[in-house]
Amino acid sequence: MELLEVHGVSKRYRDFQLEDIDFVLPKGYIMGYVGRNGAGKSTTLNLIMNLCKCTAGSIWVDGFSCEEDEARYKEQIGYIGDEFYYSLYFTVKNIREILQNFYPTFDRGRFDELIAQWQLPEKTEFKDFSRGMRVKLMFASVLARETKLLILDEATNGLDPVVRAEVLRLLQDYIADGEHSVLFSTHILSDLEQIADYIFFIDEGKKVLFGAKDELLENYVLVKGERQDVTPALAEEMIGIIDQAYGFEALMESGRAALLARDFLCEKPTIDAIVLHYIQDKTQSGKERAV
Amino acid sequence: MRIIISNRSELPIYAQIKEQLKEQILNGQIEEGAALPSIRQLAKEIGVSVITTTRAYSDLEAEGFIATMQGKGSVVLPKDNGVVREQYLMRIEEGLTTAIETARAIGISGEELTEIFGNLLRTSDLN
Repeated sequence: MELLEVHGVSKRYRDFQLEDIDFVLPKGYIMGYVGRNGAGKSTTLNLIMNLCKCTAGSIWVDGFSCEEDEARYKEQIGYIGDEFYYSLYFTVKNIREILQNFYPTFDRGRFDELIAQWQLPEKTEFKDFSRGMRVKLMFASVLARETKLLILDEATNGLDPVVRAEVLRLLQDYIADGEHSVLFSTHILSDLEQIADYIFFIDEGKKVLFGAKDELLENYVLVKGERQDVTPALAEEMIGIIDQAYGFEALMESGRAALLARDFLCEKPTIDAIVLHYIQDKTQSGKERAV
Repeated sequence: MRIIISNRSELPIYAQIKEQLKEQILNGQIEEGAALPSIRQLAKEIGVSVITTTRAYSDLEAEGFIATMQGKGSVVLPKDNGVVREQYLMRIEEGLTTAIETARAIGISGEELTEIFGNLLRTSDLN
């Protein structure tokens, strides 16, 4: 069963275009939406949040589209961005009252439980909260009501390792019953990589790669060695060669890596490495075309 | 049950889970008939994706180590079947192949190797 369906979605701005984005996220899974800054990650998430309208295509959450029933559609989504969206002069007490009036499914007991668990002070104004505390508060306000889909837009940026680990745990708890899903965007995966089931890699508004993370990792190898050993035929097979002072590093499809002589070192890549080399590959071929 | 994931290992994570469970089933640390945690539970406990644990379990199932029943979770199958014997035989072959490779690397002949093996066999209590 699909929880989130994004079909042929495009959005045109004067200086940026999101083109034909297409993916589905089944119930009970986590998807990482990755790419560099300005690749179109937030645009996609904003379209899903219905903060702006698609130029083409359609989006469905648990079988509902925003056109059909906007209130129902939006109620199912919990959103956490990298910017704090509450007034800095509010306190936990204020937020509790607001949420209670705003969301029919708001569970006050659950909210208080999370606030207590994370030791968030009741009467401190948010301007005196640390980044970690603010993120926790946003999580508490989203997790205290009934949602089906969590959308995190760069929400883990700038968090210390302890809070990041707590967030990972939260996300895994959220999907554990097989009914809820998470879509998170980030320009650097690091520890989030391990819990992601699917990866969508976007660059300049277009899909570069999309698939199950485990498959993507198996499909590529990271190759290292000396540049002089790279024949032109080999260079053709390599994706995004990055020259370093005493050697090079590139990506290769696993099936093609059998061509390599023993002079090369092969390692399993990370998703961040795959992204880096694909972008390097684009920059290089761009340069060649310019020449 | 014990599962330790290494990020430095060249083995993919699903394979690490699979091999470690297999090892513990083969040496009896996980007994036959034992219920394994659900795919989602395991993913949560060790902090990996659901797809990863799904793959580990379906491989173990295909190799005849566990059986998964809808709604009941996965259980460890009895060990005395052909599939497990096959696994043990493969392990023996792997060990012997390593010995042959090592012999080749330092120029020991097949005859000498057989002699070494014969000697070892005589001094062991294998009959």
